[in-house]
Amino acid sequence: MAPADTRDFVRPGRGAGLIDVVRRRYLLALLVRKEVRVRYRGSALGWLWSYVKPVTQFLVFFLALGVFLRLNSTIENYPIYLFSGLITINLFSEAFSNGTRSLVDNAALIKKIYLPREMFPVASTFVAFVNFLPQAVVLLFVCLLVGWRPSVPDVLGILLGMAIILAFAIGLSMLFGSVNVSFRDAQNFVELIILVATWISPVLYQWTMVRDIVPEWVMVLYQLNPLTAAVELFHAGFWAPTTNNAFDAPPNLTEYSLAAFGIAAVTLLLGQFVFRRLESRFAQDL
Amino acid sequence: MQGIDGAAIIVSGVGKRFLLRHTHSLKETFIAAIRRKKIASTFEALDGVDFVINAGESVALLGFNGSGKSTLLKLISGVYQPDRGEILTRGRVAGLIEVGAGFHPDLSGRENIYLNAAILGMSQKEIDDRFDEIVAFSEIEKFIDTEVKHYSSGMFLRLAFSVAIHTEVDILLVDEILSVGDEPFQHKCLAKIRELHERGKTLVVVSHDLDMVSSICDRGILIRDGRLEFDGPSKDAVAHMRG
Repeated sequence: MAPADTRDFVRPGRGAGLIDVVRRRYLLALLVRKEVRVRYRGSALGWLWSYVKPVTQFLVFFLALGVFLRLNSTIENYPIYLFSGLITINLFSEAFSNGTRSLVDNAALIKKIYLPREMFPVASTFVAFVNFLPQAVVLLFVCLLVGWRPSVPDVLGILLGMAIILAFAIGLSMLFGSVNVSFRDAQNFVELIILVATWISPVLYQWTMVRDIVPEWVMVLYQLNPLTAAVELFHAGFWAPTTNNAFDAPPNLTEYSLAAFGIAAVTLLLGQFVFRRLESRFAQDL
Repeated sequence: MQGIDGAAIIVSGVGKRFLLRHTHSLKETFIAAIRRKKIASTFEALDGVDFVINAGESVALLGFNGSGKSTLLKLISGVYQPDRGEILTRGRVAGLIEVGAGFHPDLSGRENIYLNAAILGMSQKEIDDRFDEIVAFSEIEKFIDTEVKHYSSGMFLRLAFSVAIHTEVDILLVDEILSVGDEPFQHKCLAKIRELHERGKTLVVVSHDLDMVSSICDRGILIRDGRLEFDGPSKDAVAHMRG
């Protein structure tokens, strides 16, 4: 059949992907609010858990690396250095891990009602961001106590760092999340990536320690990692202004940060592309 | 075939094949491939189905279990994609496919109304405007701020159905949900569905209650083994089905 005029007709289930998520942001907001409300339901400490976890993690690393391995005496204000890197990686890890599982977790809905499925990884990332905010407030508070006076570029850098992490996490979540629908191997693989992520970016140590050992081409790869750029932007924004010029910024930080943003954007597009290729099978494979 | 001027749903040459995969991890797939074992088998759920539903019609999709009628409804709602052919819809579509799919037990009735109505495609303003009507229809005013997990199953279904039936749509897809609640509530639901039909909404209903669907719907489309077997007045379709 070749209908004369099908202009007002739509093909059900063929949305505009991430654009539809933006169009239906009210639903996105409700999904995020739901996750946030439900998260610590039934626990006595409730939202305190979102402080307890990073603080414990911080104390363990501080004791092992700061005290035992004496980084505390070689890196000025090491606690701030450590914490600002940790919360960056935590934001990424939580968004990526939950985003990858989000489609499987919402199988009941996906199998019954059509809605832009990109909604789920995006919502997971925003939930991770909501969880990140109290940690950022703690960091901000500590920084202010030790006399943090950031410049405008510092603040812009922090915002760029967040944008890199969010775009990168959404892209990777769509990529691995859509594969995870058919092959649950993906979520285990993602856990592995997350395990490694903390160590292949300068969270616990300084980038100069890497530079002194590895060949230059490895250093280029190391710096092209969007997480490295985001962590260094956080260091430059939060930690560096609290020290006496202790920050030996990596060369071309601005260029690498823009490159990182580019890589994150490409990842986002790639994630969307793969997601759309696999999406038609979601409802029947879950 | 009818023209498309007044059409709300066009189904042309639609085929849907399910791939039944026998492996569930990369390792299994890899081993199966090496051993040249079958990784998957296929099942033809729908095969070359054609029909046009005009705006304002009420149509029952009939068929025995496994005939493919629910698959067809999921294709119209966009949950599934056809492998062959094409489906086109005009206007807003809402699927009452399994009521309450988006409900969360830890949220209150009020929060669930907003969440579900938004899932079904309503805007905040539309929900605000209809909120009181939704609550009144469900008859659970007193418990609206109680968490849904404390509801009885009847209360839960009433609320879920009430949200779905009040969505602002042109085409309403109803799958086997008219069996909700007790008898008085069922009558109320049927009355509401008839009212929507009178207001010019397009209805597509799937149910095993043949007498009920033939009373709501004017037209019946009988699906057997994934093919369209009969398309005509609903009473005739039911008679044909009962053989």
